[in-house]
Amino acid sequence: MKNNKKASPWNSIKVGLTALLVMVVFAYGFQITKVNLEELRSENRQQSLIRVTRALAKPDIFEYEQEVEVFNYPIYVPCPTDGRTIEVSEHSASEPYLVVTPACADPGGEVQVEGFNFAPNTIGPVRFIPGNDPNNVVSLGRDNAETDGDGHFLLTMTLPNRTSEDVQFIRATLRLNVGAPRFTQTAKDTWAKIVETVFLALLATVFGTMLAIPLSFIAARNLMKPVKSSLASISLSVLGWPIGIALGFIVVNWVGGISASIGSNIWINLASVVIVPVLISLGIRWALPEEEIPAQSLLIRLARIGMLFLIVLLGFYALFQLASLTITAGGTLQTSLGSFGFLGYFLFQVGDIFAIITPALGALAAGGALSSFLGRFGQLGTEKLPLAGLKTINLILAPIAGATILGLLGQLVEWLYQIGIPAYTLWGPIIVGAALGLLLAIVIGAKDALPIGMVIYSVTRTFLNALRSVEALVMAIVFVIAVGIGPFAGVMALGLHTIVSLAKLYSEQVESIMTGPLEAIEATGANRLQTIIYAVIPQIVPPYISYTMYRWDINVRMSTIIGFVGGGGIGFLLQQNINLLNYRGASAQMLAIAVVVASMDYISSVLRERTI
Amino acid sequence: MLQIKNLTKIYDGGVKALENVSFEVPDGQFLAVIGLSGSGKSTLLRCINRLIEPTSGQILWNGEDITAASVEEMRRIRRKIGMVFQHFNLVHRSKVITNVLAGRLGYVNPAWSLMNRFPKEDMEKAIQQLQRVGIADKANQRADELSGGQQQRVGIARALMQDPEMILADEPVASLDPVLAHSIMSHLEDINDKDGVTVLCSLHFLDLVHRYADRVVALNEGKLVFEGLPKDIDDKKFKEIYGREAERVG
Repeated sequence: MKNNKKASPWNSIKVGLTALLVMVVFAYGFQITKVNLEELRSENRQQSLIRVTRALAKPDIFEYEQEVEVFNYPIYVPCPTDGRTIEVSEHSASEPYLVVTPACADPGGEVQVEGFNFAPNTIGPVRFIPGNDPNNVVSLGRDNAETDGDGHFLLTMTLPNRTSEDVQFIRATLRLNVGAPRFTQTAKDTWAKIVETVFLALLATVFGTMLAIPLSFIAARNLMKPVKSSLASISLSVLGWPIGIALGFIVVNWVGGISASIGSNIWINLASVVIVPVLISLGIRWALPEEEIPAQSLLIRLARIGMLFLIVLLGFYALFQLASLTITAGGTLQTSLGSFGFLGYFLFQVGDIFAIITPALGALAAGGALSSFLGRFGQLGTEKLPLAGLKTINLILAPIAGATILGLLGQLVEWLYQIGIPAYTLWGPIIVGAALGLLLAIVIGAKDALPIGMVIYSVTRTFLNALRSVEALVMAIVFVIAVGIGPFAGVMALGLHTIVSLAKLYSEQVESIMTGPLEAIEATGANRLQTIIYAVIPQIVPPYISYTMYRWDINVRMSTIIGFVGGGGIGFLLQQNINLLNYRGASAQMLAIAVVVASMDYISSVLRERTI
Repeated sequence: MLQIKNLTKIYDGGVKALENVSFEVPDGQFLAVIGLSGSGKSTLLRCINRLIEPTSGQILWNGEDITAASVEEMRRIRRKIGMVFQHFNLVHRSKVITNVLAGRLGYVNPAWSLMNRFPKEDMEKAIQQLQRVGIADKANQRADELSGGQQQRVGIARALMQDPEMILADEPVASLDPVLAHSIMSHLEDINDKDGVTVLCSLHFLDLVHRYADRVVALNEGKLVFEGLPKDIDDKKFKEIYGREAERVG
């Protein structure tokens, strides 16, 4: 230990070299980032900076009714050769008046302009009016007169190069603020846009959170790891999705057709919306008993499944009717409610959303239901069938499932890139998928449980990470193309980004829950979904709220600049004013952003304290 | 009758938690499982309701092979086996009554329970079970507001909600003081006596074993080293179970 710290020349050289290296790195950095203090010293830059800073310090929020007072003072440029002088009328000592000395000067010469008895502390331009008409609108030069507390000002003006035999004028225009301050148009526009901004952030956060919650469960390793399934079950589930989606789409559209053929008679719509839910709830009561301790006969179970199917059809019918009803009602209310017409607009849009998403919802629900039903069927088969028969089934099903997955992926590629060669995008993937499926079926044991949960987990995580790395601004550009310029594009972009980033944060919370309650709930005989609802969700409520608030903060901040790319909100105004060099306007918008962000910060911290 | 035949559990890391364990438990018996920490007691209990998958061996309960049961069958079997844990394993942020009702999850229709709806009889039953363990007044408090002894009673009420035919108690009193320990053990004894529920209870203290257990099995490094009556554990047996350096306390 003693001799280790001995100073050696080699150590000094190393330190020196390191210092040199650091210097070189920084030197390169200076060059890359173009550090240049010369610019800072330049007169022009400094003046611009002062001008902009002063403009920013005076946000364009209030204005006054203004009275304009114009005073002209005659002057000869150049001095007349014949010695003419100007008659200047006498002023009473209390009225405002101008004095210019000397009364004549050569072009480019300087004159002193002095004002008396003006309104105190005002500002206004002093200009040279060429020609002999005192009402001429053409003016040259611009000097600013600032009156002191006594209403006096004195400035030196350089005369422009306009010569005339005739008398010309120097004009002082002073604007007086009268009456109470009022909001400027900029302030009103800023208000409208900041409201848009806040709601943009609100909608994006709410929709994002709603979709992020279910995603976060399948992106949580601890929940997905125990999910294992046999090959037959997985293959059947895979097949269930596309078939279910196709069937669901057809069936739901059929129901939609029936609903549409009834028409948009408001009374029929209303009756359907009221009666159908009653029927549904009666049906559910019969089809889903609260407890069923002795298992029922197959016939009754089948009848119940049939009943549930009927209920689902009725439910979709009710949804279509509801959409039709809200569209009609919203359209009517929009015109009849006056200033509360936005409520009608809301109803109309909600109805429209229902009408658009109902078929998609039905298709997805059918896909999920068929997939899970077939998956269970497959699991049952795996447990009951003899090994040899199961192996044969696997050898048939796995290639079909593999071909389906890769075939669909190939078609996606075809749609995106329009390759147009079926060998690459259709037959090729199908053959490869089938081969992979066959290989899997041969290699693994027929009853082996495959870690399908981890596969889904990995795919979801990859997908989330990939999407998360795309900035919301970039997403906004895409959505601006898809749905047009405006706040809706911003909602979609921020919403999507919220989904992927919250799902990641949420899932990490799920991964860090206590396992004890999970084990206890599982031991009662609860199934997976019940375990999640009773053991996982109560534990993750506080962090979920806290992360949602955090995201809401981020979304408010993001929504202020998403307008830069056409995503609506205040960013649009801000960018416009910066580009127009209207810094007072920009300043008003920056102030609004600061106020909103600060108050959101405060509100979210209060809410967080309350809920946790 | 619970029959455990040649049960072996080897964890992923290669640790042998149970090695060829076989014994039988007649219905209605209070069986104590003893052994040092890490001797495989928890693993044994968790293999019985398959919270842990056994590596090999068979567990037969009333003639049915638990180790071969499907997911759906397991749900049906588990709901008849209550479980009580050392750390109570209550859901802290849920109300006591919700924790107790969770014991019915194996019976109720999943679709309803997802919306937190339980049949009326279950609600009444939950209150009755809380009365039985003496904390009915705490029903609407949050579980983490309760003391340790009260939390364990909620755990017992949750197990009772299952109408269990067997209760697995994994060191139910290890985190409680001696007075509370006796109170919790007498609740288990009461359930064993009055309801005829088979109890498998892992314990650390031999005085509790002598006081409550009908029969004892002892594990040492995953092997069954003793099976018999509590009074048969003499000093020689004790050294066999707990190792040569162990001293008897209590």
